[in-house]
Amino acid sequence: MPSPSLAIEARSLVKTYGRLRAVDGVDFSVRAGEIFGVVGPNGAGKTTTIECLEGLRMPDGGELRVLGLDPRRDGRELRERIGVQLQQSALPDDMKVWEALDLFASYYRDPAPWAPLLDRLEIGDKRNARFAKLSGGQKQRLFIALALVNDPELVFLDELTTGLDPHARRAMWDLVRGVRERGKTVFLTTHYMEEAEQLCDRVLVVDHGRVVALDSPANLIRDLAGEVRILFTAEAGFDPAPLRALEGVARVERNGDRVLVAGRGDRLICVVINALDARGIRFRDLRTEQPDLEDVFLALTAEAGLDGGAR
Amino acid sequence: MRGFAKLAWIEIKLYLRQPEAAFFTLFFPLILLFIFGSIYGNEPSPFFNGRGMVDVSTPAYLAMIIGSVGLLSIAIAVAGYREKGVLRRYRATPLRPAAILASEVIVHFLMTLLGGALLIAAARIVYGLRFPGRAVVLLAGFTLGAMSFFAVGFLLASVARTARVAFILGLVLYFPNLFLSGAAIPKETFPQAIRSAGKFIPLTHVVDLLQGLWFGDPIGQHLTEIAVLTGLLVLGVVVSAWTFRWE
Ligand SMILES: Nc1ncnc2c1ncn2[C@@H]1O[C@H](COP(=O)(O)OP(=O)(O)OP(=O)(O)O)[C@@H](O)[C@H]1O
Ligand SMILES: [Mg+2]
Repeated sequence: MPSPSLAIEARSLVKTYGRLRAVDGVDFSVRAGEIFGVVGPNGAGKTTTIECLEGLRMPDGGELRVLGLDPRRDGRELRERIGVQLQQSALPDDMKVWEALDLFASYYRDPAPWAPLLDRLEIGDKRNARFAKLSGGQKQRLFIALALVNDPELVFLDELTTGLDPHARRAMWDLVRGVRERGKTVFLTTHYMEEAEQLCDRVLVVDHGRVVALDSPANLIRDLAGEVRILFTAEAGFDPAPLRALEGVARVERNGDRVLVAGRGDRLICVVINALDARGIRFRDLRTEQPDLEDVFLALTAEAGLDGGAR
Repeated sequence: MRGFAKLAWIEIKLYLRQPEAAFFTLFFPLILLFIFGSIYGNEPSPFFNGRGMVDVSTPAYLAMIIGSVGLLSIAIAVAGYREKGVLRRYRATPLRPAAILASEVIVHFLMTLLGGALLIAAARIVYGLRFPGRAVVLLAGFTLGAMSFFAVGFLLASVARTARVAFILGLVLYFPNLFLSGAAIPKETFPQAIRSAGKFIPLTHVVDLLQGLWFGDPIGQHLTEIAVLTGLLVLGVVVSAWTFRWE
């Protein structure tokens, strides 16, 4: 059953803490070479899932295959081949940045040179700083460097850009894309929908330990957030009737000379522009309003509210 | 072994970067040595059964180092690593979990040895320390005592959720061990009642064993101490293996 083109396969994964089913029958698979994201409210079970995949927590049920290995039994061999950035962890206060990289590199059969990694993460000038003296974002970068120090086939990044400034966040996206371009697989969690949308090939939405949706960001947005809106300014005497008959158009509204066409589908905008063109209708200031992944997230996990974590 | 040697080396550096830990292990015994040495010197005295104060106190101070490293340093270091998430991060690598714990044992043992060596060197240079026993046998006794107390340290780290709790538990155990065992204050000054009570203090057995071996007693004379310390070692290892948590 294990397929070489799948980096991860999870079937009916279950993890309970006492009476709480933190992960409650989760199924998904991750293709090799993919950037795969998990989003969900606080306490949804993202960290629990990721740590089961890393072999750091023992699932209570289900089947797991990570790089063809069973994290329950082959944890050590697995950790040789994966990179791990934990949501919560630390290094000894007095350990210096270069010592941490030198130490972690020595744990692996085939480590990557770590000096360029420090430069890429822009903490090269902090080589001699002690862990306790680093800022939150610098610690985060160090942990990402440690996750990449063995040039892993599969990297797990649990909230990789939490605590990073917007520049660093974008630099991190480039870094992640670079990792993928070298043929590696990335599994990440995030609370930033923009990040999931920009970075991920596919996104798993979880809530209360269950899968709510799994698809590419574009598909999730199209399927779940509903309508695309097209707005333009038409010349006087514009007749909305022909537009209403177009495929995918749900409604057309006029407000003075502003026209709003709402509907569904990737092709909606082409269809509308072609129709306007074909009829010789002049328009200007055309723009589209598309829902983003944040709307999807809010719609899918709406009922939970602030106490979503407390069940 | 990959990574293990490097981890141990970094842990040594980290140990020496913490002034408090280094103080207790490396310098506190020297301070005691110089205080009491300057008062009593090392002339043979009837009070110490014809032995010199420094000759009698040096093995007792060795026991003190063992007690402080086991009950304080190890317990605090391991509980602190767990509390902060250092153990979690280490465990997410291919390093064997046992290697992480073994490196703590080795590093703390090396520091204990270093503290002992500094003490012996200072006592020898300043007070002309005499050592009639056999070095190998003494080292074996020292190692047994250290491992027993390290096992207790791991036990404390296992039951304590935080470094603070480990510190408090460690102190609660350390002070009676330090003062009632004869490690810090010569047993010769104790009233008989306290001497008898001292038999129930684990560190007393380290003091007795090391003092005996220091003066060349045959091992057969110290089977009780050896049995007690071995029992402590087994108990500590078994209970910590049972209760140890990585996070
Ligand atoms: N070690 C643990 N013991 C008991 N309960 C736990 C433990 N770890 C997590 N939980 C509970 O399991 C649930 C899922 O937690 P998890 O950390 O996986 O959520 P998450 O999706 O990563 O949340 P966040 O976005 O806040 O990081 C939460 O309700 C949490 O309280
Ligand atoms: Mg989490």
